[in-house]
Amino acid sequence: MTAYLARRILALIPVLAVVVTIVFLLIHLIPGDPVSVMLGPDATTTQIEATRQALGLDRPIWDQLLTFYGRVLRGDLGQSYFLDRPVTQALWERAEPTMVLTLSALLVAVAIGVPSGIVAGAYPGSIWDRVLMTTALLGVCIPGFWLSLNFIYLFAVRLRWLPAAGYESILVDPLAGLRYMVLPAVSLGFSQSALIARIARSCMVDVLAQDYIRTARAKGLSQAAVIYGHALRNALVPVVTVIGITMAILIGGAVVTEIVFNIPGLGRLVISAILRRDYPVVQGVVLVTATAYVLINLMVDMIYAFIDPRIRYD
Amino acid sequence: MTDSPAPAVAVDPAAPEAPSRRAAPAAAGPGWARRIFANRSVQVGAVIFLLLALAAIFAGLLAPYNPTRLYPSDRLRPPSAQHYLGTDEFGRDVFSLVLHGGRVSLLVGGVTMLFTSLGGIAIGLVAGYYRRLDLPIMRVMDGLMAFPAILLAIALMAARGPGVWNVIIALSVVYTPRTAMIIRSTALSLRELDYVQAARALGRRDLAIAFRHILPNCLAPVLVQGTFIFAYAILAEAILGFLGVGVPPYVPSWGNVIASGKNVIREAFWVSFFPGVTLTVAGLSLNLLGDGLRDVLDPRLRGV
Repeated sequence: MTAYLARRILALIPVLAVVVTIVFLLIHLIPGDPVSVMLGPDATTTQIEATRQALGLDRPIWDQLLTFYGRVLRGDLGQSYFLDRPVTQALWERAEPTMVLTLSALLVAVAIGVPSGIVAGAYPGSIWDRVLMTTALLGVCIPGFWLSLNFIYLFAVRLRWLPAAGYESILVDPLAGLRYMVLPAVSLGFSQSALIARIARSCMVDVLAQDYIRTARAKGLSQAAVIYGHALRNALVPVVTVIGITMAILIGGAVVTEIVFNIPGLGRLVISAILRRDYPVVQGVVLVTATAYVLINLMVDMIYAFIDPRIRYD
Repeated sequence: MTDSPAPAVAVDPAAPEAPSRRAAPAAAGPGWARRIFANRSVQVGAVIFLLLALAAIFAGLLAPYNPTRLYPSDRLRPPSAQHYLGTDEFGRDVFSLVLHGGRVSLLVGGVTMLFTSLGGIAIGLVAGYYRRLDLPIMRVMDGLMAFPAILLAIALMAARGPGVWNVIIALSVVYTPRTAMIIRSTALSLRELDYVQAARALGRRDLAIAFRHILPNCLAPVLVQGTFIFAYAILAEAILGFLGVGVPPYVPSWGNVIASGKNVIREAFWVSFFPGVTLTVAGLSLNLLGDGLRDVLDPRLRGV
């Protein structure tokens, strides 16, 4: 396990190096002169020159890249032009809502997806299977941001059960925080629950076709004992890996959900930074979320290797 | 999609499906065209998609109003005989907007599918066939796939600015690595097979082997993957438009119309509701098409 862990962590280094390089290159994708674009049409030549030097854009590109690597390794993501504070501080201030939203959505996705997939897979071809899988296909196709708007219209505007938008920290006021989080978490988690359900179902079907299940049936175990005692545990193993993919989609989806529900997280930070041409903040958010995603996948792989020892020896 | 469009299941469009790392593609076998059209999912998906495509192509003839002209006196009218799907806050006819918005979605989805397929084939064949280039190319692909898809698309749009072609380029960059991975793993397994070795022994050049002997066996997975990428791209385009970083706001696209409906949702739910229905139906048709094609062309991928 230790050797596997070490190998996996080593393999992360090139991936993260490429990630940092891509984030660095974003500035150079700006058409024309990035500095004039950042400063807007009113900037004087002196200002443009000063900013160019401050950003190091007057130096050769490989030199800039090495400087960028050095800064990132020291945890320095630069200074926000607009917010007047280091990018890392701005990120830290906005991280909590995004983390709460992503984790709540994951909880919703697993809570709906796993039981639906297990039931559908345990009784393939049954009416439950058809209803659940049709719902899952729809769930996969319904855009989350549009689902959010419909939820707002139904539950906030019409029924007035829940607030239409806003955020309250769960740490400060748990009850209010929960009320604000229900609609965002459900609309973000729902389409992912469909993905999880489809995969859980196919795993369940595969496991139920195996010999040890036939043995269990042959020795007279009840359907419930076969499914919950024998099949369930093995069927859930591959589902763990789906959670890694789910997290990536949820992190991306959280950006959009935050815009719909006016949640002051990283997604709103990055979108307002784009509109203000605050490129260091854009780079910072993208870099941090990509790194978080890579680390989450590492964790998922670790859990997978832990529960399924065959993985460690490939 | 959350905004997730959906991937492979197309979810977040931005949510692309897990990269498939399977080995050899299943050969399509004889009679593949007949088997494709005998598949129920393919039939239903193809018919719905064709209807949507025709509606978008003939939007100019079908739309009762000019989708960009503003009629302030007609703002926020509910659905009626004059305006089938109501009007938005500027008095634009939502039905006409949805028809014309379909053109943007179709263009972005179709061209992104084309670009990712061509790019994925080129990158995947080179990586799978030339051993020395495999490692560096795949590291770059891994790096690109380390970003949540929609976030990378947003970042690229931030740098390049709004515009239909910038959306297409951003989404092509985001989704090409997935296709490249599939082609690479196929090429890797095929290059060791006897018929490829035989072609090499006969003195065929590498390029000829790659295109004549390896590429044809990659086409089925590329087609399946391309169908799902079409679905993700449509969803991602709508998300980018909704966030205000996609096609410019004055261009009617489903995402832009849903975004403008967000501001008036208390008074006029229909502005965001109907474009979203169309978006869902388009995603559904492509997912059905993709699921069906996968079942017929690549049975080993079935079930997920």
